[in-house]
Amino acid sequence: MTGFCIFRGEKSSIFLLLVVGIFSIAGCSGHGRGGTVNVVGSTSVQPFAELLAEEYLAKNPTRNVEVQGGGSTAGLQAVRTGLAHIGMCSRTLTPEESGEFKGTLIARDGLAIVVNPSNPVGNLSLSQLCDLFSGAIANWQDVGGVAGPVRPITREEGSGTRDSFVHLVMGDSHITRRALTQESNGAVRELVKGDPGAIGYMSLGMVGMELKTVRIEGIEPTADNVLAGTYNLARPFLFVTKGEISAEATHFFDFVMSEEGQDTLKREGLVRVR
Amino acid sequence: MNQDKLIALALMTVALSAVTGLAVITVFIFKEGVPIIVDAGLRGFFLSSDWDPAAGRFGILSMIVGSLIVTLGAMALGGVFGLSLAIVLTQFCPAKLAAIIKPVVELLAGIPSVVYGFMGVVTLVPLIRTYLGGPGLSVLAASIVLGIMVLPTVTSISVDALQAVPRSYWEGSVAMGATKWQTTHMIMLKAARSGIVAAIILGMGRALGETMAVIMVAGNALEVPGSLLDPVRTLTSNIALEMGYATGRHREALFATGVTLFVIIMIFNTTALVIARRGAGKRGPK
Repeated sequence: MTGFCIFRGEKSSIFLLLVVGIFSIAGCSGHGRGGTVNVVGSTSVQPFAELLAEEYLAKNPTRNVEVQGGGSTAGLQAVRTGLAHIGMCSRTLTPEESGEFKGTLIARDGLAIVVNPSNPVGNLSLSQLCDLFSGAIANWQDVGGVAGPVRPITREEGSGTRDSFVHLVMGDSHITRRALTQESNGAVRELVKGDPGAIGYMSLGMVGMELKTVRIEGIEPTADNVLAGTYNLARPFLFVTKGEISAEATHFFDFVMSEEGQDTLKREGLVRVR
Repeated sequence: MNQDKLIALALMTVALSAVTGLAVITVFIFKEGVPIIVDAGLRGFFLSSDWDPAAGRFGILSMIVGSLIVTLGAMALGGVFGLSLAIVLTQFCPAKLAAIIKPVVELLAGIPSVVYGFMGVVTLVPLIRTYLGGPGLSVLAASIVLGIMVLPTVTSISVDALQAVPRSYWEGSVAMGATKWQTTHMIMLKAARSGIVAAIILGMGRALGETMAVIMVAGNALEVPGSLLDPVRTLTSNIALEMGYATGRHREALFATGVTLFVIIMIFNTTALVIARRGAGKRGPK
């Protein structure tokens, strides 16, 4: 909104904007140096990384770790430009990206398919799920529910959760243009909670108590089923680095991969890697 | 004398740097955005609704329609209510009451847009979903929220315009036997026309540029809306939703979305200027 003041010819406001901009740039330039480890990227990994950072800092009070969101791709960009030491990524790296970056699996996450608690549908096949999101099935009656329009809720283009969902479920089909687009797991949750016709997808660890998860091909979405490999909708959580990383970053990285760090991730609903 | 020159110089520098800033921003937006429009072709960019950045398809028709329809809806609500309020405040309301109502309405302008958006999601959207159908997140919800947001802009500028009409116009009209309402719509509104048009255009600028509240209540679907209850994505929402992730051509396409927005706002402002000038040309009522 503020940015568009400029078109209204309020010259003073542009000037103010520029001044503020210059100061904020100056204020930021201190970042990325010294002992601080900057971790930037996927909003799906962010809450878990924050928790890990909290535990890490409780054990190592002299260290400093800062976690920021922004999205998987933004995280990679931040690592590329050196703004972040570690990028968080909630999808597999593309061949080009894996040439440039080193991705380390820190945990796996199931993708839960969520519907309104009043929706009687409890099980969907992968192809039904695909049709629900592509718009081929537009009425809940066709998948054994109560007659009523299906309202798929998707995430914005570029979101790691969306990328994984498209990759795991959609195949060659596209998510319908009619799909509502929300910009966070929280917004999807709010919408599904209130709309009896809604269907959405989100990280298994973020579902909470207010939504109903749907079995896929008869398999309950649980951490155990993800680990056993029976639940198919699972995605990797990666820590991404480029070249040599600082001693501080390595120290934090080691903590995440340690027994303790992995236990924390498991406790929060993720699936540990070792 | 010397001090005068110094101050003039200082002010000139400040003014010029502001203008330079504007020029730099404009050049930058166009430099980043125009190549992809040329690349995708005017038809592929402006006349297609096929937005799939991963596949290299950048059609923004549905968003242009979305922005315009939401703005139109907002002005239908905010414009009508805002102008009515301005008329009541200046013509039909005791001065003491007006002195209380006007600052209260102006206070509305100070509420951050995210608060309006949040209220829309929590109260308005469920109401629409329950009583009118559809997903609730819709053109209607966005129009209502934006209508409320532009109301203070429209009202306060219209009030200023109406108050700037010389008192003698009003007195003359009433002296010749016109009723209050005849005086208002035949004399006052005509005399204040250019100011009122400016109020509407500024309100439109606000509605078109608003982002946060719209993202929260509009649903952001990529289809051209078929009814007021369908979800819609505006140009500004598209930029804000995807900028965090966009790189390469996708990023350029978002700048091109910005260019489109820029041009639309330029058209609005130019229209406003022309109308205002024409109004000033034949000053006063017939």
